[in-house]
This record gives sequence, structure tokens and C-alpha cells, in this order.
Amino acid sequence: MANLSASDDYFRFFGLDQQFQIDLSVLDRAYLAIQGEVHPDRHARGSDSEKRLAMQMATLANTALQTLRNPITRGLYLCKLHGVDAHLETNTAMPTAFLMKQMDWRESLDESAEDLASMEVLMEEVNQSKQETLADIAHAIDGAKNYERAAELLRGLLFIDKFAIELDDAISALL
Amino acid sequence: MALLQISEPGKSLAPHQRRIAVGIDLGTTNSLVAIVRDALPMVLPDPEGRELLPSVVRYLPNGRTQAGFEALENVVSDPKNTIVSVKRFMGRGIMDVSHIENTPYDFVDEPGMLKLRTVAGDKSPIEVSAEILARLRQLAEDSVNDEIVGAVITVPAYFDDAQRQATKDAAKLAGIEVLRLLNEPTAAAIAYGLDNASEGIYAVYDLGGGTFDISILRMSRGVFEVLSTGGDSALGGDDFDHRLYCWVIEQAKLPPLSLQDHRKLLLSCTHAKEQLSQNPLARVHETLADGTVINVGISQAQFFEITQNLVAKTLVAVKKALRDAGLKVNEVKGVVMVGGATRMPHVQRAVGELFGSKPLNNLNPDQVVALGAAMQADLLAGNQSKDDEWLLLDVIPLSLGIETMGGLVEKIIPRNTPIPVARAQDFTTFKDGQTALAIQVVQGERELAQNCRSLGKFELRGIPPMAAGAARIRVTFQVDADGLLSVSATEQGSGVQASIDIKPSYGLTDAEITRMLQDGFASAKVDLLARSLREEQVNAQRLLDAVQTALNSDRSLLSAQEQVAVEQEMASLQGILKEETDSAILRKAVDHAAKATDEFAQVRMNASIQKALAGKNVAEI
Repeated sequence: MANLSASDDYFRFFGLDQQFQIDLSVLDRAYLAIQGEVHPDRHARGSDSEKRLAMQMATLANTALQTLRNPITRGLYLCKLHGVDAHLETNTAMPTAFLMKQMDWRESLDESAEDLASMEVLMEEVNQSKQETLADIAHAIDGAKNYERAAELLRGLLFIDKFAIELDDAISALL
Repeated sequence: MALLQISEPGKSLAPHQRRIAVGIDLGTTNSLVAIVRDALPMVLPDPEGRELLPSVVRYLPNGRTQAGFEALENVVSDPKNTIVSVKRFMGRGIMDVSHIENTPYDFVDEPGMLKLRTVAGDKSPIEVSAEILARLRQLAEDSVNDEIVGAVITVPAYFDDAQRQATKDAAKLAGIEVLRLLNEPTAAAIAYGLDNASEGIYAVYDLGGGTFDISILRMSRGVFEVLSTGGDSALGGDDFDHRLYCWVIEQAKLPPLSLQDHRKLLLSCTHAKEQLSQNPLARVHETLADGTVINVGISQAQFFEITQNLVAKTLVAVKKALRDAGLKVNEVKGVVMVGGATRMPHVQRAVGELFGSKPLNNLNPDQVVALGAAMQADLLAGNQSKDDEWLLLDVIPLSLGIETMGGLVEKIIPRNTPIPVARAQDFTTFKDGQTALAIQVVQGERELAQNCRSLGKFELRGIPPMAAGAARIRVTFQVDADGLLSVSATEQGSGVQASIDIKPSYGLTDAEITRMLQDGFASAKVDLLARSLREEQVNAQRLLDAVQTALNSDRSLLSAQEQVAVEQEMASLQGILKEETDSAILRKAVDHAAKATDEFAQVRMNASIQKALAGKNVAEI
């Protein structure tokens, strides 16, 4: 069963190297190439087992794509592959400086929720912080191979991302 | 001498080898069936040359049924037994249907789905829809003079699981093999995309008789990727008619009308609405049963004003779908208009203004969905050459979740996730020795379960008795390419993987379908035995064809010994298929042969993935 073991490794499934920094266009092309073969529409006249298998493989392709396309899930997945569990449900400990910044952001959001210009300035700051964290994660995983450190950074990124979504909601409410 | 027709090499199968599959648009107001003939999709007209079949079914006291135009003629005279817009009731309970008080029917509330009380007994919306589908199937078989291998049936993108399941059940009842349930806007995109060779982001605005859909798609060479979808499965042209009707009642200061008068006046309003798409003025002129004459004039401007809020409602959904796709209006290259209700000028104008471009409407908005469905059906039937195949990637329209403590919803699969998709969730028991648990599955975006659409309870039975909290029950929610949910579960805590039986509380069982058939469905006398034998024969032949195709292309993947084994299995099934007249024995033989070829299917799938990745598409990076 050549490739089914690849369901344990989404990178291998798409023929990619196991690393945080990936070329998304390469990922997309590999995804489309695989869906072009396994999608249930390609097996609509097949036997029942062929149809079932097509559904399973297409499901796997979708799950794998979604996991790898988003940097947070991709990072968490890499940590998991290397035996590091980020303990998202239980571990919420964060460095004080990080928490202070989060509180500042929330305060700004509460205070100027009606002011589009300052919301957009805040959004820029949040996005920059996100980019910096992503660079740190890339370094921790691809460079230092420090998955514990990566998991910690990813927990922080989840906070930032959640805030970015709330901020985006507030901005679109003003548009 | 007659000329022989020969197809281009490698382009398509010779005519006698073509498998005929149809596309069906099962609409709220009208339904259509289309096929691909000589590489072009076309709607099949009835013997009188009419392309639209009114989605109307009438039940008669003698057990006969009428459908289409024949039924439509009796809408006014026999309103209770003449069912129009049944699509609004598919997969719905009485509480789910908006403005149900404006319909003339006697409803029977049943868990899951309502029924309609007629002179011929209580009818489920599934049975009513099956009458329409059976007519379309007959029409198609008569015009191609051949058997239909299957159909692609379109559903509004915003249909939930219960509505989709009901549609599939209706097809089953009508004896139609469903190759795929296809979302209506996606079908329209296929018809447009392949016609116009469009590339980029497109929106499909689909305002039908009873449903509104908006889909945002990325079209690129050979790939249709749905990015997001939204809408309202209870908003359509019918609502514009009803709004006009209320306005006329107000203007003419009329008391509440009888059922017959209601239908009569409503038809008049529909007609006036259609007039207003062409003319600046229209007139609702009708004589009621008691001789009262109604004569009210309305201008385009007045009509636009009284229905403006309905148009605005669609635009809110459009903006939400764009946001879900993470796109701004100016990133959309074009907007495709689908559905008869988009003929209204103020709808065209409002959509054009929002997108800042002239909407695309060069294909007939009544036909475009059926045409796209026919093209997809032709593809699924295997009539396209490999180079001409396209790939369709669709999404689930509404989030799937489960009810947790306190009536809150825990989302399992968020809306706009590409399908097919599966998610697993672990559960445990609450009490010592507990052997069963029930999972309430809901679909919708609200946080409270009571505000979402309940898909019913899935009951898990046969959990090995253990201490409370010791069981580890992994429940997998699988949504297939039709957007339909199935649930499976295994108990893992005991160390033994025990699969658990799950009983959904909706969808028709085989027994129910048999009963409906026996109840004289489609007024034709159905020979049940012959029907089930025929179904098994089709299954057997499909398996034989599939394995033969597989052997032809990938024989080398099997060892010599394996090849012989597969071939013997097939020969044996072939023999049984030829002789056997007992459907149960035939089914057993099919199951046996299928098991024996499972591994071959798996090996082929893996090989095709390897080949795809090694192909130049990926290597040229």
C-alpha cells in the first residue's frame, strides 16, 4: 500500500519537504494534481469500493491542504510530527511582555472602536507583530529545530490571530 | 447512401458507446432536463416543444396524478390537491417554512418533515418531487430513445443536509441513479466558464422562484473552485409575487380571500411582475368568484419600491459571502446572473451597482443551471476525454456542529470547508455501565442549538459497559461530495475497536421507499421485484465495467497470480449476472466480487497519486 502511509505525513503526501517555510503555489499545484486523480467526480462510474476510496483520498487531500496552507496549523502539525504537543487547551502561560501588549491592543480596540483610521493603524501593528512571530517560528523550526520554542511561539500567534479576527470584524462593521 | 459519423480520434466515444447521463434542474417554479449532444448541452423539450416543466403536481381522487402543465391548469380550481413550489417544503418541518399561512394546503406535522394532506392521502414533499422527476426522466428517455445511466441533480448551494437528503431520496423514488447533487450556482458557472473560457474570480447571483444563492468562485484552466457560498433557502421570485399581491389587496381594500380567489389573484400578480420587467406599467385585472372586479395599475417605480427590501436582503448575503472568501468587491471580475427572477431590472441594476460592472446574462437564466448540470453529468458518465476534463471543488454551505451541555453548539466543520471532508470528535460516557449515547447534530451559524437547523439525533448503541468516563468513543462526521453527512463511531478506550451502529432520524429507509412505491407512486404500477432485480443488474454491470476499465489501463500493477484471481472473480460474476433472476443472490455475488477487487482499487489509487505528483505539473517548479 504504497502511499497510504503518507496519510501520516501530509508533507510527503504532497511531495514536499518537511519544513515550515513552503511555497504555497507548489502546495496548491500538488493538491490540484492529486484531486485531479482522486476526486469522487473522477470515479463516479466506479465500483462502490472505488467510490469509497476516492472519497477517503479526496477527504485526506482536503484535510492535508488545510493543515498545511494555514501557517498556525502547519506549525502545530510540524511540532506534532516531532513529538511536541502544544497543549493548547491547558497551557495558556504567556510571557508578561506579550500579555501587556495584548492588553494594550484590547484597550485600543475598546476605546476607538468607532474610529476607522485608528483601527486601521492598529491592524497594521497587529499584522506586523504576526509577521515577526512567523519569522521567529520559521527560524525555530527550520533553523534551530527547536520545536518546544516553536510551540510556545505558536500559542502566542493564536492569540494574535484571534485578536486580528476581532479587529477585522470591528473594521468591517464600520465599512 | 447515409453518411457515417466518425468522432475525432481520442476526443469522444463512438455514439453507441456513449453513456447518456442527464442534468436536471429541479426548480421551485419550473424544472428542466438537459443532455449533452454532439458536445453541446441542450435542454430537452417535451413533445409539444416546451422546455420548462412547471413544478406542479396534482393528486386526483381516483389515485391518479397529474404533473406539469396539466396540473398547472388546475391550480385555481383545485388548490388543496395541486401542489406548487414543493421545493420550499423539502426536508422541512411546519415551523421551518416561512409564510406557510399563505399557502392553501392542509399540512400534517411529522417529525423531521411535514406532509401534505391530499385526496389521495398524505404526501411527503419527497413523493411530490419524485412525481416531477419521474416525468423528466420519462421525457429524457423518450427523446434519446435509450436508457439513462444517471443524473446530476441540482440543489441550491444553501440547501442543508436534510434538504439535500430529501432531494436524493426523491430521485431514488423516481428510479434515478444520482451521479451527483450539484450546487445550482456551480452548475451555472460550468455553463458560463466553459462557454466563455473565463479566468479569475467570479460571483454567481442566483435568484430562483423560491431560493437565493450567492457563490464566489475562482475559475482557472480546468478548475472551478468555490471559495464561499451563502444565501437564503427561503427567498425567491415567489416573495416578489406575494409582496405585490399584498399591495394589491391593500390598494383594492379587499377582505381576506377564499383559496380559489387567492390563487387566481396571485397568478395575476405573477403575470404583472413579469410585465414590469419589460414595460413601465402593468395592470392587475381580475374578477373574483363573487363578481368583484379588481383593476389596479402599478408602475415599475412603485413595484421596485415595494420590493426593494427583498433585493437589499440578497445584497447583504452577497457581502457576507465576499467577506467569507476574504475578497473585496473590486477583486471580482464578473457577476453571473442566474434564475428567472434576475430578469427584474431593479435586481440587475442593484447587483451591477454593487459590483461596479454589468452583470453577465447572455445565457438564458432559466436554462443555465440545467445546461451546466448536463455538462457535469456527461463528465461523470465518462464521456469526456482526459484532456477536456475539468475539476470541480465545492464547499459545505453551512457549519455542522453538535449540541453540547446547555444547548450550545460546538462547531465540528465550519461553513465553506471544501468537500469531501471528515472530522473526528471524541466522546465519553457520563455514567458507569452506560451503553448508549445520543448526539444531536445541527447545521447553521448560530451559537444556540435551538437557533440552528436540527439534523436529528444520532444514537450510538452497543458501547461496551465501562466505568463513567473510561470509554473513548471516536465519532467521525463525514461529508461527501454531494454535501451529505454520514456519521460513524468506534470505541477505542477498551483497546478493542468496536464499531457502533448509528441510526439517523431522517432520510428515507429502503423500507419506506418500498412502501411509497407500493402506495402507487407515479400512478404507474411498479413491479417491485423487477425493479430491484434491475437495480442489482445495473450494480453488477457497473462493477464489471469498472474492473474491466481498471484492468485495461493498470493490469501491470497486479502480479500474474492476482490478475488471474481478479479475472476469475469477474467471469464468475458475469455468469451469475446472465442467469440469475433473484436479486438477493445477485447482490451477494456483487458484494463478493467487490471485496475481491477492493485491493486492486486501492493500489490503482495510490499509483495515480504518485503519477500525478511525478507529473510535469509539479516537477516544473
